[in-house]
Amino acid sequence: MDDNTGPSRRPTLGDRRKERIDALATAGTVVDEPGKSLLRSAWERLRRDPVFLVGAAITLVFVVLAIISPWIAPWDVTANPLIDKVRPQSNPVPGPEPGHLLGADDRGRDLFSRLLVGSRQTLVVGVFATLLGLLGGITLGALAGAIGGFVDTVVMRIVDVMLSFPALLLAFTIASLAREPSQWTLIIAIATTQVPIFARLLRGSMLAQRSSDHVLAARSLGVRPRAIVFRHMLPNAMGPVIVQATLSLATAIIEAAALSFLGLGNPDQRQPEWGQMLGLAQRYISEAPHLAFYPAGCIIVVALGFTLMGESLREALDPKSRR
Amino acid sequence: MLRFVVRRILQMCLVAFVLSMLIFVWLRSLPGGPVSAILGERQTPARRAALEAALGLDQPLHVQYLRFLERASQGKFGVSTKVLPGEDALQVFLDRLPATVELSLLALFLAIALGIPLGYMAARRHGSAVDTGAVIFSLVGVAVPVFFLAFLLKYFFAVEWNLLPVSGRQTTGLDATRVTGMFVLDGILTREWDASWDAFKHLILPAVALASIPFAVIFRITRASVLDVLDEDYVRTAEAKGLTARVVRGRHVLRNAMLPVVTTIGLQVGGLLAGAVLTESVFSYRGIGDALATAFREKDYAVLQVLILMGAVIFVLVNLLVDIAYALIDPRIRTR
Repeated sequence: MDDNTGPSRRPTLGDRRKERIDALATAGTVVDEPGKSLLRSAWERLRRDPVFLVGAAITLVFVVLAIISPWIAPWDVTANPLIDKVRPQSNPVPGPEPGHLLGADDRGRDLFSRLLVGSRQTLVVGVFATLLGLLGGITLGALAGAIGGFVDTVVMRIVDVMLSFPALLLAFTIASLAREPSQWTLIIAIATTQVPIFARLLRGSMLAQRSSDHVLAARSLGVRPRAIVFRHMLPNAMGPVIVQATLSLATAIIEAAALSFLGLGNPDQRQPEWGQMLGLAQRYISEAPHLAFYPAGCIIVVALGFTLMGESLREALDPKSRR
Repeated sequence: MLRFVVRRILQMCLVAFVLSMLIFVWLRSLPGGPVSAILGERQTPARRAALEAALGLDQPLHVQYLRFLERASQGKFGVSTKVLPGEDALQVFLDRLPATVELSLLALFLAIALGIPLGYMAARRHGSAVDTGAVIFSLVGVAVPVFFLAFLLKYFFAVEWNLLPVSGRQTTGLDATRVTGMFVLDGILTREWDASWDAFKHLILPAVALASIPFAVIFRITRASVLDVLDEDYVRTAEAKGLTARVVRGRHVLRNAMLPVVTTIGLQVGGLLAGAVLTESVFSYRGIGDALATAFREKDYAVLQVLILMGAVIFVLVNLLVDIAYALIDPRIRTR
């Protein structure tokens, strides 16, 4: 496991998260085997790693489905073909029948189609929140790691304060600030919670690069500082950040579901979203629990896919665990 | 020791100061500003103007900030608009606090009672099927959203098998005397055993769901920490001296391995609060979390303000206590 908290250390606010991030920062920085690049040997390990293969397969299926779902969904997600069978008193949620594999929701809309198309919002929110978080984190982390000194101190203080707050509470607060909630407020709220993680990670791995031989060589050759940062340090420091981004996709998806579940997500309920479907299913817990099981199952499987992929990527890129 | 405590308290004051400033800025960035936050739906142009003058919104910013501090220190945060319409926001917090304290304490107890022994066992049998199973279990746990776990528990134990109550804190209509606001404790204090038992039954499902978050963390930390300590020289020395396995385990391994675990437990408070928002709203358990969920959704800014400020203060306070406890356990920290 990665959280080897030594007994002699003195952890304070958010220390555990910092430590995990720092441990990641040093992963993937050492290239020692002659003739075989880190990426290459990592790929060779991954190809035979069942954990990675399962994670990658889940992710691939999910992404492909999300892209093509509007064309393969048997019904229009906003249409309600089964509305005639909805009886608020006796039969609020029509069950499965030919043509409607999983039945319909409480508004007579085809559940299977909505589940399929729901993958889109999940993918969009997950990917954009992670990308935005990555962008913010890279900017801050590179700034701190490249300039150092006072800038480093200030940036890292801010980052540490952000890290000491529970991510989900931070996301709730930011999302509730929006005048008009939308998919984008959701994305921004989640991205904000990811920024400090990426920033700390990149800074750590930039610092590791700064003292490395190839940077020293570049400097002695008279390469301009800007080129050293952008061509020599940044690309080499990105490995652990990319690993973390994979893992962040899973957290982003779960956090997005939590926000939608509370009603802080996209207010447009015609477009399906898994977390929101799960939230609405609460009302029918005794009559139709399947209404919650399906979207929850989707969230869990997809989050697990990204987690498995991320964990195996991290292991493959970690020189310490290489055989 | 005293210097250490004083330094930590000073640090805490700094955090509280920064927080108050953030909340001040936040209030001013709200749609309609603080006046809307306080008046909510009861605002008319006349009331608005009167309140603006009373709040001194025509004053310079630093004067406004000082006034805000003054009002906050008197506990004047405005009136709830949605959570408990008409009620004073601070009162909402005070009313709801015992419920969440009760819930979090039980959840934390469950997480510790399960997490530490399991983590210890997994580390002792490192690499065995028990260990691998436990680790996989904790990985899957990461992917299962806590609100879905809450839903599952509710569906099976409350709806399907009818073993435990579906929602709420106590059966309505039950005649129970209130003392502390923690219903289980109240029942014990007043010897109304049926009321206590009834409240406890309401508490089980939300507590189990909420416990899943700290459980996973405590389990992983305990496992990693015990693994570390087992490798230490002093453990080998103790074994070589011929001490019984029991003494080595209790005095050398567990005691040293518990240090990081203690800190982690303190850090769980924030996570518990975030988890309470989700679990309490699934079980309609009327605590801080449920109030926060409603306030977030319905934009009850007066209540949000109080809850966020108080939540942060509690979070920082608990961490201070943990740090002090830690310094008491581990003398190395005091000297640093």
